[in-house]
Amino acid sequence: MSVAYFLQQLLNGLSLGGAYALIAIGYTMVYGILRMINFAHGDVFMMSAYFAIYAVAVMPWYVALPVVVISTIILGVVIERVAYKPLRAAPRMSVMISAIGVAYLLENLANYLFTAMPKSYPQIDILKRVYSFADGAVTVSRVTLLAPILTIILAVALVQLINHTKLGMAMRACAKDQDTARIMGIQVDTIVTMTFIIGCGLAAIGSILYFTDRSTVQPYSGSLPGLKCFVAAVLGGIGSIPGAVIGGFIVGICQIAITAAGYSVFSDAFTFVLLIIILLARPSGLLGEKATDKV
Amino acid sequence: MKRMIALLMAIAMVLSLAACGSSSNTSGNAAGSSAENTVTIGVFEPKTGENGGGGAQEELGIEYANDVRPTVTVDGVEYTVKLDWQDNQSDKTVAVTAAQKLIADGCVGIIGGYGSGTCIAAGSYFADAKIPAIGTSCTNTNVTLGNDYYFRIAYLDPFQGKVMANWAIENGYNEIATIDNIGNEYTSGLVSTFTSAYEALGGTIVASETFQTNESDFKAILTNIKSTGVKAIFAPTDYVYAPLLLNQAVDLGLDVQWISSDTWYSNVLIQDAGANANGVVADTFYAEGGHPEFDAGFKAWLNEDEKRLATNLDSDDIVGNHAVCYDAYMVMCDAIENANSLNGEDIQKALVAMDTKDDVVAGAVTFDENGDANKDTSYVCQITDGAWVFMEAVKVEE
Repeated sequence: MSVAYFLQQLLNGLSLGGAYALIAIGYTMVYGILRMINFAHGDVFMMSAYFAIYAVAVMPWYVALPVVVISTIILGVVIERVAYKPLRAAPRMSVMISAIGVAYLLENLANYLFTAMPKSYPQIDILKRVYSFADGAVTVSRVTLLAPILTIILAVALVQLINHTKLGMAMRACAKDQDTARIMGIQVDTIVTMTFIIGCGLAAIGSILYFTDRSTVQPYSGSLPGLKCFVAAVLGGIGSIPGAVIGGFIVGICQIAITAAGYSVFSDAFTFVLLIIILLARPSGLLGEKATDKV
Repeated sequence: MKRMIALLMAIAMVLSLAACGSSSNTSGNAAGSSAENTVTIGVFEPKTGENGGGGAQEELGIEYANDVRPTVTVDGVEYTVKLDWQDNQSDKTVAVTAAQKLIADGCVGIIGGYGSGTCIAAGSYFADAKIPAIGTSCTNTNVTLGNDYYFRIAYLDPFQGKVMANWAIENGYNEIATIDNIGNEYTSGLVSTFTSAYEALGGTIVASETFQTNESDFKAILTNIKSTGVKAIFAPTDYVYAPLLLNQAVDLGLDVQWISSDTWYSNVLIQDAGANANGVVADTFYAEGGHPEFDAGFKAWLNEDEKRLATNLDSDDIVGNHAVCYDAYMVMCDAIENANSLNGEDIQKALVAMDTKDDVVAGAVTFDENGDANKDTSYVCQITDGAWVFMEAVKVEE
């Protein structure tokens, strides 16, 4: 095994892990605040890719990319308002089922609107430029290098936001105890909306990084990555942002490592075995707080 | 609440009944073979539903063949061939209704159709009525397996593995990597026939990589292939993976000859993968350029009528389905003449004994014990400057 080969595979893993991490953050934040798993998150990620196809077709990329992020955020907030908010007082299971319903709705809607044939994702020149090192033994596109770096920058910024701003303090308060937070004058609905805005914004950026590298989108492109990112969030400790990032990278790198070793049959299975092992050995995840049951 | 549910159920039932009602065929151009000097051949194709587009293209091939050869001679009497069109709506339930209509109309033979599911559903009805049917592009083995009255004009999928193995060796690719989609019958079948044919011809498989259905990240397996330094890859995957593989390979700086099969033979690939698709080689039932006489005749016929062009997606491009349908019609007429009878059982025997290569365009036709055509030819094409270009007809010795 040459160094170049190892480096190439490592870069493959890091870029996949970076995109996973950004989506996993969305899962973890929603869980932290609402104690629900937003199963529709993977499909929001897929819809964001379709938005990009249409946006890049009609405007220059530097206008199109913000438009993609904003329209994904709008989609996420609308979902929250329509499908989750009316169920705020209902048992947690009802919200979860509603989320599964939204996931299917988005998939079928995409099937109906965009057909099941894969559509090609716009190749934005500035992201796509290919670098090659060591006489072409290691080749990497700019987006592959950008993905892990951008992920870490965004995650650090987000942690700063949560730990050092008023909004972050309100979020932490909602995560601890919604009712008390409300008594203290925190607008819980606004905070929940903010959570969805941040989560969907990151999913949109993750979608740009992921699909630029993979070049086609179809209505089910979001479901498997969505599940894997959910596993990543649980692995890192659901509710913890650094945990989600670490989980995303672990899942991404492991998937590439297993496929590279010739066991691609097990690459998906491995992700879920990992989930089971974590749940058995350390239910709160790598960086998760120990759950203290409120009486 | 209960009353609500009951009401909803009632509405649902009424609606579904209405749907059934509207789906029954209204074409009703019934013409039995009993009428003076006409013989009816049934066309069992989807005009609507998911396969409507493909079915419509196949119908053009049959219509053209009927235009070229409007009569058959049986017992010294010239019969005009009437086509009886029935839409199976790409639906297995409607397919049975359509089949029964064709049987009731007194068809002596059936041609069609596009999509295997509907053909399997209708097959036993044709067999019970002892009416022979020739399947066109339905490639599932179960269409013909165990049904003496269902034949198939297109080759079976795994045959393409042999064709591409021959092509690869002939073009100097003595080492190759394969990419298989685990759990996909089509891809795995092709990879395994390719591997055995390729090794028998003296080639070496240096890497056999696999991936799972719905995978979208191929960088790991492509990096593995890159590290072997191989110059060609055989990847007969479903279409959805094609642009992913091509684009990710370019990103990794992997410069190889891509070899695939009929699933990749699509203009959508050129659209989706752009310049990265240049050089890809795939085969198909039939490609424009394989039989110049047919090409010219068919194009002229298409251009005669705006409606025909519209059905063919506003172009006069020729696809494999046109040719296999043309062949199916010709073979059916040959069988009727060889049998010298309008009896289904006699025509079936004539089909079993069929051996023709004169009036068909996509390679000689004989049928094996299952009723599948023993094809020896497939048409290899390459994407050159953003378009599929016919390269050569590859023959495989059995």
